[in-house]
Amino acid sequence: MRHQFSVKVGPVGYRIGSAWAEPIQQLRALYAGYPDLDVGIPDFTVRLEPEKPWRRWLRPSVAIKGDFMLPDALPMALRHGLLVAEMGMNLQMAMGQRQFLLLHAASVERDGKVLIVTGESGAGKSTMSALLSEHGWRFMGDEFCLIEPETGLAWPFPRPVSLKNKAIDVVRNMVDDSRLGPEMKATPKGDIRHLMPPANAISAMDAPGKPALILFPRFGHERAIRMMGAGEVFVRLTQASTNYVYLGERGFTALSALVANTPVRAIDYPDTANALDLVETLWAELA
Amino acid sequence: MRDARLLVWIMADPSRSVQLSPQQWTNIITCAQSERLLGSLAYRLEGLPAPDTVLRVFDRAKKATDTERTQALWEAEMCKRALAGLDVKTILLKGTAYVARGMKAGQGRQIGDLDILVPFDRLDDVEAALLKHGWEWVKEDAYDSAYYREHMHELPPLIHKERDRMIDVHHTILPRTCRITPDAAALIDSAREGEDGLSTLSPPDMIIHAVAHLFADGDLGGGLRNLWDIHCMIEEFAPQDGFWSQLRERAMLHGLMPNVSRALRLSRHLYESNVDNWMAWNGRTGDVFYTGRLLARNGWGQETQKLLRFAFYIRSHWIRMPPLMLARHLLTKWRKA
Repeated sequence: MRHQFSVKVGPVGYRIGSAWAEPIQQLRALYAGYPDLDVGIPDFTVRLEPEKPWRRWLRPSVAIKGDFMLPDALPMALRHGLLVAEMGMNLQMAMGQRQFLLLHAASVERDGKVLIVTGESGAGKSTMSALLSEHGWRFMGDEFCLIEPETGLAWPFPRPVSLKNKAIDVVRNMVDDSRLGPEMKATPKGDIRHLMPPANAISAMDAPGKPALILFPRFGHERAIRMMGAGEVFVRLTQASTNYVYLGERGFTALSALVANTPVRAIDYPDTANALDLVETLWAELA
Repeated sequence: MRDARLLVWIMADPSRSVQLSPQQWTNIITCAQSERLLGSLAYRLEGLPAPDTVLRVFDRAKKATDTERTQALWEAEMCKRALAGLDVKTILLKGTAYVARGMKAGQGRQIGDLDILVPFDRLDDVEAALLKHGWEWVKEDAYDSAYYREHMHELPPLIHKERDRMIDVHHTILPRTCRITPDAAALIDSAREGEDGLSTLSPPDMIIHAVAHLFADGDLGGGLRNLWDIHCMIEEFAPQDGFWSQLRERAMLHGLMPNVSRALRLSRHLYESNVDNWMAWNGRTGDVFYTGRLLARNGWGQETQKLLRFAFYIRSHWIRMPPLMLARHLLTKWRKA
């Protein structure tokens, strides 16, 4: 394709081709500190291309294509091309990854032990992982936590953090502006802005850790900590996994072991200060 | 990489892969993924040296197709149980048949729907039994449903409401409106039941069905994979005594001799199969267009040769039904769209 970019994120290599220069320039800037592919061969290919030839120039719109595709994915405006690329990269993992059990979760690491933060969209996964990685934790990812069935270890997948709507302002006050990507207004997912992870997240992106605590946070409620039964945890994690079913018995065994060996709490938090404090308290007690 | 030539060159002889550059590996993998051949490629190159990333991608592809194999066999078992009381011969077709019989064509093959063949006069019983055991209609549309029943070689697709898997129930191997009319009774008659209680077509009929599917029913989309199935079956069955004369006999019986002949030529040309020269000779020219269509995929996984693709799309409708009926069908579809 006319414009292309390749990058390695944790254990996964990508090749991204585009009919337009802009999304590739933005990706280069956002992934400036990341390594290139091992021996030049990617795990997945993503293509950004016009659905119809004339849509390259005329009201340009970007369709998500690649090794794995959704038949009914709608094309998006070229000014949101960076988001399309990110969605394409996620899609390849969600549909094509078989090496790891994928949990839709953020994760951070300290002392070789991993905190997994999961829950529905809007629970505050991305914000919490961004927050913690500015406070002494190593950022491992805000989208997918990769559990290796054979070892039970959690592998990093430290893509840039995708901040949405109000979270953008919360984080902008904490970090240097040079670490933020372009602001994309009014995308189908709301306003989006990416945060480049701290340098240590990228330099240690080949180092896995042992899951030590799983949290299900909920933003906007009075501070609270609740226990969850193993059955509920298991079912909610199958829902949070994009490839649990595809992995068959390997997935079941891996998830059973994770649930049996890792303490779990649900937490409610009204603000970031409480979130940090709750995490540190539970970590000291359980991990 | 402008077309899929390099991919078929490696599929034909895996030892050639030692010469590949990283860029070529990347293109071949992406192309194979888009042609639904990555699992087959991974098994084909098993045990040969390759860069680490390639081995990782192959491992993933093998895991994915191994799961599909397990699911396909389970679905076949579920179907067998649903039809158990009917005393009807249930014949597995395509991918599920290949894995059920442990054939080369099944190694690393992606399998979507379950395809079965049953006698035409037992269709109603089979349909009722499936509906009773949890399958339901995918399309509720009256026109589509009537169209399938009157003109097609299969029932409208059914999906299982709990397992979310589709089943296509065929009563023959080409649409009823097609100019070629294979002998469905002969297909069913020569099918054999295995120890698993499931039946599969006889070896020559399996090849003939794959050929019919490739050339007489569709626009050759995914054709490289279908041709790979045919190549694998030729390599597997040809050493058996009398295979070529049986294949010739059955091809004549089903009226598919020119198509079988073309499949043999293309398989020889692309996958370097050893085929019977006399059989491959029969039929019309035009192979260059078929080859171009089959290879129309570049190293980014993109479709190429727009015009040729379109021509084969038109052809797929043209051979499937008489012109007046086609006009009426397209008009109805256009009005509903």
